[in-house]
Amino acid sequence: MATSSIASFAEAGADLELAGITKRFPGFTAIEELDLSIPAGSFFALLGPSGCGKTTTLRLVAGLEEPTSGRILIGGADVTSTKPFQRPVNTVFQSYALFPHMTILENVAFGLRRRKIADAVGKAHEALKLVELDHVAARRPAQLSGGQQQRVALARAIVNRPALLLLDEPLGALDLKLRRQMQLELKTIQTEVGLTFLHVTHDQEEAMTMADTVAVMNKGRIEQMGAPEELYELPRTAFVANFLGQSNLFTGDVVASTADHITVDVAGVPIVVPRKRAQRHAGEVAIGVRPEKVSLLTEAPTPEAGRNVLGPGRVTDVSFSGVSTQYLVEVPGVGELIVFAQNMVFGPVVAVGAEVWLSWNAEHGFGLDDDPGVVPRFVPDDSTESIAIQRRIALEEELEQA
Amino acid sequence: MKRRDGLGLGIYTVIALVFLLIPIAYTFVFSFNDSGKLNIAWQGFTFDKWLTVCSVQGLCEAFANSIIVGLVATVLATALGTLIAIALVRYRFRARSAISLLLFLPMATPEVVLGAGLAAQFLTVGVEKGLGTIILAHTMFCISFVVVTVKARVASLDPALEEAGRDLYGSPGQVFWRVTFPLLIPGIAAAALLSFALSFDDFIITNFNSGSVNTFPKFIYVAAARGIPAQVNVIASAVFLLAIVLVIVAQVSRAAREKRLARLG
Amino acid sequence: MAFSAFASQPAVEQAPRKRSFIALVLLLPGILYLVLFFLTPLVSLIITSFQAPDLYGDIGDYVTAFRWENYTEAVGEYWPLILRAFGYAIVATVLALVISYPIAYFIGVKARRWPLLQSLMLTLVIAPFFISFLLRTLAWKQIMSDEGPIVQALKAVAILPSDGHLTGTAFSVIFGLTYNFIPFMTLPLYATLERLDLRYIEAGADLYASPFTTFRKVTIPLSMPGIVSGTLLTFIPAAGDYINASRDFLGSASTSMVGNAIEANFLVLQNYPAAAALSIVLMAVILIIVGVYVRRSGTEDLV
Repeated sequence: MATSSIASFAEAGADLELAGITKRFPGFTAIEELDLSIPAGSFFALLGPSGCGKTTTLRLVAGLEEPTSGRILIGGADVTSTKPFQRPVNTVFQSYALFPHMTILENVAFGLRRRKIADAVGKAHEALKLVELDHVAARRPAQLSGGQQQRVALARAIVNRPALLLLDEPLGALDLKLRRQMQLELKTIQTEVGLTFLHVTHDQEEAMTMADTVAVMNKGRIEQMGAPEELYELPRTAFVANFLGQSNLFTGDVVASTADHITVDVAGVPIVVPRKRAQRHAGEVAIGVRPEKVSLLTEAPTPEAGRNVLGPGRVTDVSFSGVSTQYLVEVPGVGELIVFAQNMVFGPVVAVGAEVWLSWNAEHGFGLDDDPGVVPRFVPDDSTESIAIQRRIALEEELEQA
Repeated sequence: MKRRDGLGLGIYTVIALVFLLIPIAYTFVFSFNDSGKLNIAWQGFTFDKWLTVCSVQGLCEAFANSIIVGLVATVLATALGTLIAIALVRYRFRARSAISLLLFLPMATPEVVLGAGLAAQFLTVGVEKGLGTIILAHTMFCISFVVVTVKARVASLDPALEEAGRDLYGSPGQVFWRVTFPLLIPGIAAAALLSFALSFDDFIITNFNSGSVNTFPKFIYVAAARGIPAQVNVIASAVFLLAIVLVIVAQVSRAAREKRLARLG
Repeated sequence: MAFSAFASQPAVEQAPRKRSFIALVLLLPGILYLVLFFLTPLVSLIITSFQAPDLYGDIGDYVTAFRWENYTEAVGEYWPLILRAFGYAIVATVLALVISYPIAYFIGVKARRWPLLQSLMLTLVIAPFFISFLLRTLAWKQIMSDEGPIVQALKAVAILPSDGHLTGTAFSVIFGLTYNFIPFMTLPLYATLERLDLRYIEAGADLYASPFTTFRKVTIPLSMPGIVSGTLLTFIPAAGDYINASRDFLGSASTSMVGNAIEANFLVLQNYPAAAALSIVLMAVILIIVGVYVRRSGTEDLV
């Protein structure tokens, strides 16, 4: 069945289903009871820090690893026990893995020739045209730049019209500008060829820019899955809230509850969160708000229905980043909060040491699903760890580029 | 790709390795043979041959000659070859490809040709063959192997280390002795060991250039016609055991060092 | 390991910097040495190969001449030995490659997960280097002798006729050559396979190549540098070898190779011109074969 499906080009992408996948390596468990279903034709991103199991998931789908238990279905067919070369799947490898002893054209035609598809050379040229590299067809991989190699790797994979295209951090080795450009190109190509893309990355911005659906993975499990805006607007766990962008998180007991809202007591201050944006509605809960939703006020605001206010606090740090300015504000009893303010005027509005109040529209708050006992107050360790990992990866890439 | 595919290959490899070791085991076992002059059929176990190594006429002398030749040729070849290796990696000069060819050719020339060529030259010039001519010959064929070994090490050195040395006020000589040379030591040591091994085991070239002087391999060659005394097996086994122990100690200590580093990192 | 360096170039290719007289100082002693003791001997060999017997001297006295008949006579007399030398060497090289590749592949690729096993197996591969080449060959002679267990066993099952021998045959000489050069083949193969990036193999599998096709299209081409240096390190010494084929070791009069003829002419018969002419022929044929082979396999940068 799998062999027959690879004998022809896929007309469209196939859907992928992982059912109860567990993968154990000697000494640790990479993936625990993972269920995942990716609809045909979608651009799906698996996002997570290093070691969260996302690359293992990809390798399981490609057939480069065997699951300890569970089943993998592509287009409804069970491929769990088939070898990688029998699966209608192609991978764009992180390191590209372009065969150094073959020309670019030979690389791209490799898969077609293995499947004895007619006019392999012509189709390879077409694929190279798609990535605008047909003029280097006769060169060797070592003679191309990183960005060009990346595009060849993409051409080598999509020329086979796989039902499912796997992308393993394919942009990781590119510099920022090229990465942004390739993100757009990849997205365009995906729309053009209509295949199912499964993209693995640790770069949250990349995942949000490109994918229709993002699954945030942590410690071998999927924390949350959905459209990028949905994930950002309504994170369900502290991990997601901090891995996708930054968040101000608080914990407190629910002290009042109406049909539309719940009110949480945060260090004596009542904070209102919409009931439908909160995962838990009673007891001790964790809630949060995004830094750009928070406004900085230099005078105590008059209480107003539908707005939460914290303060007064003191500005401890101001950093200017072009479009916006990031303020750190220490609120006694609550802790440090982050505020992003658009730079509508010239220069920062307040200076370090200034007394300020923080206010946000109650509709912008969200309530998390985490057990508040395990959610550290405010900025969780998870987040600093993952940010540290991201920074380290970015730094290593920079060093490699140099 | 963790499937069951490595098993057959592993079994094959083990069998092949056992095959490689058969003559070594044979030599070792027959060093304990209670034989007469001929050490062919098994006559019973004895430790005597290990205690009477030098009782065989000329054997220990030949062995000593091999050691002397090996040591001198190793020192000469390692010094000359290391300098060439550094020059090849670090400097640009015109005759580069000619020099590369000159270094490659001795390795691409059969020993019998190297031996006959030198012998013809010594004959023409009228040099008396002896220990000196053996050393000259061995140094010659070891140089290329030293260059290849050390060159790999030089090429893997980060030039920034030397630049840092210069930046930190080191004169070229100081930079060489305090930075470059210490970093090259593993490569140089490997090259020296290889040279010694090549020299110690060489027979063909020695045979053409030794005159009446015996080395250990030449002793074996001459004795092979009439039968090898078991004492030859004793020396070979002892050298083998010594070399194996050295290699294993080196490997274990390197593994231990890497483990320590891994724990730090 | 020298052979690992021999196998392929290190990845870090630094632009050689500044020309300088320092380079000259570094190069001069070694290069001078090679000129004196490698290049001039080759010239001496060529001169000797054209020498004519000294009509007024003893046996072994020769005068400088241009007696090119030395070549035609030597080749005319010894052409079967020349052909045999290359025939044996080619067969032994192919056998050594076939035997060594799986060993090198297992140690270099499959055993990567167990570094200790890897280094132990590697030590065993080079272990034969630590015991005399001549003794190893003699040991095989004893093991394969008419009274030895192998011959007895083969005769018992009638694979070998009752008056058959193993030693002194083409089989035993090729066997000895193969055995003696397996480490020279395995080490360079190991050196390239150990660095083989497994992601290329995964990419092959990803692009619909079966394990066998991946091996043929990806693994073999990528290990070409090791194959080239391994075959050269085996073929060249094997073609010139005269130990295995010598009658005191694994050979007999009917297995003599060109090396035996060179030795006999030089050291026993004192027919230096004939020995020199044979040496030049041997070297020339090897250089031609190696040149064509290296060019065809596309790895020219060996040193």
